[in-house]
Amino acid sequence: MSSENTAATVDRMVEIRWHARGGQGAKTAAMFLAEAVLDIGMFGQGFPEYGPERRGAPMRGFTRISGEPIRRHCMIERPGFVVVLDPTLLDSPAAGVTAGTDKDTVFVINTSESPATIREKLGVKGATVHTVDAMGIALDTIGRPIPNMPMIGALLAVKDVMSVDDLKNALVNRLSSKFSQAIIDGNLAAVDRAFKELVSE
Amino acid sequence: MEQKLMALSGNEAVAYAFKQARPHVASAFPITPQTEMMHKYAEFVANGEIDTEMILVESEHSAMSAAVGSAAAGARTFTATSSAGFALMWEIVYITASLRLPICMALVNRALSGNINIHCDHSDSMGGRDAGWIQLFSENAQEAYDNAVMSWRIGEHKDVRLPVMTTYDGFIISHTADSLHMLPDDAAYKFIGPYKPGYTLLDVENPITVGPLDLTDYYFEHKADQLAAYDKAAEIVGKVSEEYGELTGRHYGFCEEYKLDDADLVMVILGSSAGTAKDVIDEYRNKGVKVGLLKVRMFRPFPASYIAAKLAGRKAVAVLDRSASFGGFGGPVFTEIRSAMYGQQVPVHGYIYGLGGRDFDLKQVATVIEDLQKVASGGAFEDINLLGVRS
Repeated sequence: MSSENTAATVDRMVEIRWHARGGQGAKTAAMFLAEAVLDIGMFGQGFPEYGPERRGAPMRGFTRISGEPIRRHCMIERPGFVVVLDPTLLDSPAAGVTAGTDKDTVFVINTSESPATIREKLGVKGATVHTVDAMGIALDTIGRPIPNMPMIGALLAVKDVMSVDDLKNALVNRLSSKFSQAIIDGNLAAVDRAFKELVSE
Repeated sequence: MEQKLMALSGNEAVAYAFKQARPHVASAFPITPQTEMMHKYAEFVANGEIDTEMILVESEHSAMSAAVGSAAAGARTFTATSSAGFALMWEIVYITASLRLPICMALVNRALSGNINIHCDHSDSMGGRDAGWIQLFSENAQEAYDNAVMSWRIGEHKDVRLPVMTTYDGFIISHTADSLHMLPDDAAYKFIGPYKPGYTLLDVENPITVGPLDLTDYYFEHKADQLAAYDKAAEIVGKVSEEYGELTGRHYGFCEEYKLDDADLVMVILGSSAGTAKDVIDEYRNKGVKVGLLKVRMFRPFPASYIAAKLAGRKAVAVLDRSASFGGFGGPVFTEIRSAMYGQQVPVHGYIYGLGGRDFDLKQVATVIEDLQKVASGGAFEDINLLGVRS
């Protein structure tokens, strides 16, 4: 099977890197978003980085989104978007939150602190930093400390790879056979709130 | 044929492909990264979506042994494994092909130990290259699904009767959410058809002997018969692929040619790395560099004259092996292609890359293309090179 991608479509490809600790749902987020964009006619590729998997250990997930079939299967080295589900990873050089980033990178961080404070912590110049209290939102709406769905909502506020309504439809379609209505409703509310409560510089 | 666009991992896609053949028996033992594929299949069985008899054995040696017994009894049978699991099957892997049992297997490519590594390379497939199985490599989840559907028709064909392994890269394909078109279950089964074994142990009206002692008197003649089977097998791979292309619109041959027609410089690759190479080839094409790709889909039977003809007259060819042959002259793909091109004046050099899942990134593709340019302009080059390794 072959399909030809022009350089322009490759340039338009959105590449997202997710940082979290094992158990916070970054793998689910990376793969779920890749699946969800299929509903709006886009192509997605989602994968986590596999290593010694254990709850609480730093881990990374990756999502590519494109209008064309995605052919490359390498790691994402220069992400356009870096989404951090756990703010304690900012203090851990080994987590590599700023690796491969530059002035055009957009950071979306789960924290109750301000973008200016986080920018200082990241030590980056020029990049765009957004924050959202996804943990607080998750505890309020879902009742569990799993900030992955609100972080997708926050990401959509800075990059409209799909509309919030399309995302919510995808969420209902894919999760209703696996989870109770209460959990689904909580996740939908979490997405909405994070989309609205994102703090930008 | 209308086909549903789905988002699935490679493992899930292959589980669906196997289910669509309505196999009678599956025997397997879990090993990363294959586990998720059998996990998905077990879910189908538990949900009553398919009535395959699952035989959960205590090792891969037993998994393949149970599959041989099942197939010899006339049942449509599959298994799946990776890496050390495939290595542990070794003895029975040869027996399967020698007994001409059309078992299907998903081999989710993973490095061999030691040291222990769960990530992708092709050492496991390549270790089994002489065992007599048909080997189909896949670039992505779509191709893994398509190869797995076709594998039943190919292996069970009355002129083939050989086991077929569908291989796809561990984690890179097996655990990545990707989009693919799937045939409806009925259409897939209609394409595959019911299994009609030539001979079965359970046909008591026509008793047969399977796997007897075969010494200096006849063993060699039986091996000569087996050797003769592979030209026919290649022909049937071509025919089944053509028919599948008509049904699905997805056309496969022995190899895929990407921007090959006028290419002076050619990369030869197997598996998921081909997709990454295509993106970089496009960049160099935009700069006016005539580079193309030959992606080998069918490594066994090895389409030697086909590949030699495709590479004839090129200015330089680079063969990339995602496995090493310790003490050998380059990786297995390089060795065969060099040999197939005997007598041609085309410079062919080899790379060993991506061992143990080392990322095959865009820069590595660029390095190979720039090396090819040097070779094409008369530069000297090592026969065998390591790519993406720290010095």
